Formats: sequence, structure tokens, C-alpha cells
Amino acid sequence: MTFDVAQVRRQFPILSEIIDDRPIHYLDNGASAQTPLAVIDAVRTYETTGRANVLRGVHRLAERATESYENARVAVASFLGVQPMEIVFTGGCTAAINLVAYSYGQLLKPGDRILLSELEHHSNIVPWQLLRQRSGIELDMLPVTTDGQIDLEALPKLLTPRTKLLSLAHVSNVTGALLDVRRVVEAAKTVGAKVMLDGAQRAPHGPVDLKTLGIDFYVFAGHKAYGPNGVGVLWARPELLDAMPPFMGGGSMIGRVTLAETTWAPAPRRFEAGTPPIGPAIGLGMACDWMTALDWTTAHDHEMGLVQRVLDGLQKIDGTQILGPASLQNRYPVVSFMLDGVHPHDVAQTLDSFGVAVRAGHHCAQPLMDRFDLDGTTRVSIAPYNDNTDIDALLAGVTHAAKTLR
Amino acid sequence: MNDQLYQEKIVALAKSKTGAGKLAAPTKTARRDNPLCGDRVIVDVTLDGQGRIAEIGHQVRGCLLCQASAAALASVAVGKDAAGIAQYRHEAERAIGREAGKAHDPFDAFEPVASHKSRHECVLLPFEALKDALA
Repeated sequence: MTFDVAQVRRQFPILSEIIDDRPIHYLDNGASAQTPLAVIDAVRTYETTGRANVLRGVHRLAERATESYENARVAVASFLGVQPMEIVFTGGCTAAINLVAYSYGQLLKPGDRILLSELEHHSNIVPWQLLRQRSGIELDMLPVTTDGQIDLEALPKLLTPRTKLLSLAHVSNVTGALLDVRRVVEAAKTVGAKVMLDGAQRAPHGPVDLKTLGIDFYVFAGHKAYGPNGVGVLWARPELLDAMPPFMGGGSMIGRVTLAETTWAPAPRRFEAGTPPIGPAIGLGMACDWMTALDWTTAHDHEMGLVQRVLDGLQKIDGTQILGPASLQNRYPVVSFMLDGVHPHDVAQTLDSFGVAVRAGHHCAQPLMDRFDLDGTTRVSIAPYNDNTDIDALLAGVTHAAKTLR
Repeated sequence: MNDQLYQEKIVALAKSKTGAGKLAAPTKTARRDNPLCGDRVIVDVTLDGQGRIAEIGHQVRGCLLCQASAAALASVAVGKDAAGIAQYRHEAERAIGREAGKAHDPFDAFEPVASHKSRHECVLLPFEALKDALA
């Protein structure tokens, strides 16, 4: 069965926009994906027919809002193959990592170690550096191979009895490299360490079976997974959520408050202080349903076919270099490249004049740029609604930049 | 096409590399990074006895606009003190539309950047570095 990209494109209203007489070739999905009509409608339905706060009121609008919000939790849980009460809605992926760093971090002792990698997004580095300042834990870094993958050969050397957590990108936001999760989990188990995956770049490419992966924490962002801004997801094993102290205090997360002391609500409420991002969570629930309904066998083949078209096309342009796996093996549809003699921002600006949206720069991964002594890269990130016309416009723009800017 | 922004004068300035490189014995050096895009400018100056620039060298690790701006600045900086450089900053601000009035050569090259707000800092980063060097 072939993938009907035209049918998918029709579900995304923004893709038919014309700006300055040019269609949009949106290849910046790794920064923020576009959102389908089903998600827009779900948020609109909440705002126009069920807007109220959740978990408090007894009136019928509050009941509607609460039901929609909790149904969204069920949809996200189904997308990840876990139970709804193991899902915590946060303000985003960064907020979810900070939650774990603060809350799970309180369970760690000075001298305990956390293992990251050189290719992590800043949001999977800085929260742990802040924890190190607060509580005296130590950080270790897995190196990166020349083709932009986390070098798991270094695992035995860097894992110690004091290693309590490995927190790694499921898919690199720069190189597109897919982590060998099984190998990481097996190694972590030998020292009793937990494993957290930053799923920001993996979740937008179909359901994830967390129970099979055998990990302990998973986080991802709503806006990169065809949902609204302002919402993210933390999943953790229930026994970990039960053991973790609150991150933020406020309404909804309490058992009982007196002036002397407060007891905490069970998870996930314990970690959802205050009014949650109700509309965005409902939208994200619909985005998860939308992704679950897509045939990802053909969608993934379609995406990787476009990656091959990018790799083949870039190879024909003099002076291009790929930062990431050269083949389609162990990678997802994120492709970073350099064009000799042209700064990535100038490549991206040129591409914009061709109607092509990409990201250029350090991609919030400055340690990875340092590793390769790069100013930055130009990054192409692909979603199921992209097609050959997007890639051909990209290649025409890169060719033009090569001709005119060096 | 990209010709609207990358006009001949900007590209020529960048390619001129005027003032590019390190000075052997700078009086002062300053480095500025743009945390959003990662562009980096290092400016070396030697000063005469009155705080005027005798020599200038810059190392730009950034985009074509940043390179062009550093070259334009280096082409006019010798003999100027901090107040004189501040006047050139106004020229650049006028070129990118942040201040009213017409910019003059060589800074009028940056007029096409006015409508690209996200690129304004690329033009101004060398000015920030030089300001720090002269502080």
C-alpha cells in the first residue's frame, strides 16, 4: 500500500497558504510541526462548548472540560502504550525534564552520577547542571561518533555504581540518529540506573511502545507532535512517580492543606499544580489520536524516502557535508548539513526566499557544535505531510546559495 | 530569490574581509556571542595615546551579514574613538530601520536587512564587540 501524502496534506490548512506568491515548503518540523484540522477543531470545541476549569467545578461546563482533559490523558497513554494515570501533563518537554531533574533529583545524594551525551539538546543538559549546583551530583558525558551517533562503546567505562540515571535523546534533534535503546537499558541495568529518554524528535513519527523499551521516564513536546504549544508530557513508571516529591506547589496537587502542613495528591495530580494547560492538552490528545490512526509503516517509508532524496540531492551540490548517519539505518527524518563557504544562516535565509522553511544554527546543541568545531548546521526536518516538491525546492535553494554566496 | 537581501554591496563587503584577522599585539580585545544563533565576533584594537583606534582586527565566526558588518566597520574605524564609533552605530541603526534617517556609505549596504528583524543582531554584533573593546 502506498502512502497518500496528498490526503495527509489536505488535513493541514497551513500547507495551502501562499506567501509572497510562493507555496510553503515546511521543513522545520523538528522545531515545531504543523497541526491538523482535527487538533484545531478539538481545541476550538473546548474553547467554544466546554471551556471551564478542570477537577474543581460541579457545573456541566466543568464536567465537560474535565472529561475532555482526562480523555486527552487516555489518548496520550494509548499512544505510548501505558496507563493514563502514569501520564503527567506539563508546560512542554523542557518543563517535563526540569520536573524530573528537580523532583527525582531530590532523591539523589551528593556524589551520585547522571550520564548524558554530547549531542543532547540544552534542555537535557542545563536542568542537570542546575541539579549539580543544588545537590552536588556529578555529570558524565557519552561521546559522539564521527557520524553523529551517541557512542555506546563508551558505556561500560562511564557507568559506575554511583550512576543513578541515564538521560539521552531518543532521536537526535541535530543528526537524526536513533538511539539503540535496548543496549542502553541493558547496560543501565548492570548498575541499577534508571533510563530517561527525551522523545521530542521521536514522538512525532508514530506511537512508541514504552513498555517494550524497558525505560523509566519518557518526555515529549506537544507542539513538535502536531499538537498545540504550551503542553508537554512526562511518563514515568508509577512506582517512581509515587516516590517523587512535588515539583511545584499550588492548587490541585494537594491532599489536604492546613496552616501547619500539606499532604500531596497522588500522581499525576501531584505534578500538575495550578490550572493545567487544558486546551493544549485536549489538542495534544487529539494529535496523539491522529498519529495513532496513521499507517506508520507506509508513513515512515515515505519520510525516509524523502530523506534519501535529500541525501542524494545534497551529494550532487559541490561542498556539502552531512552531519549524521550517511545511510537510512538507525536514523529518523532529521538531516543536518553544512555548505562549504556559506554560513548556515545564509543558507536558511536563501531557502526562505524559495519558500523553504528550515532551521539553521546550533539547534540548542552547542556542545555538539563544539565537538565538531562547527558554527552551526542547516537542518531539514521532515513530517509525513512533506512531499517531493518540498525537497526539490530545498535542493534548488541550496544550489542557488552555493552559486551566489561563495 | 535571495538577491533581495544578499545584494551585491553586502556580498562584496563580506568578501573584502577588510580588517579580518588577529592583531599581533592588541591594546584591547573583546568577544561577543549571539546566544540565539551562536555567531561570535572577536575584535582586537590598538589605540593611540588619545583613545583613538590605530589598528583593528576582527575574527567573525558568523553569517555573511555579520562578516560584512565587521568589514564595513573596520573600513572606517581607524582614527575614531568610542564616540566616533558610536556615530557609526547610528549609521547602522538607520540602515536597518531602527532609527530615522538615511544611512551613508558603507553602512547603507545594510538597508535590505531592515525588513528581516531576526537578522538585525547579525549586523550589530561587531558594533557590540568593538564597543566593549573601547570601554
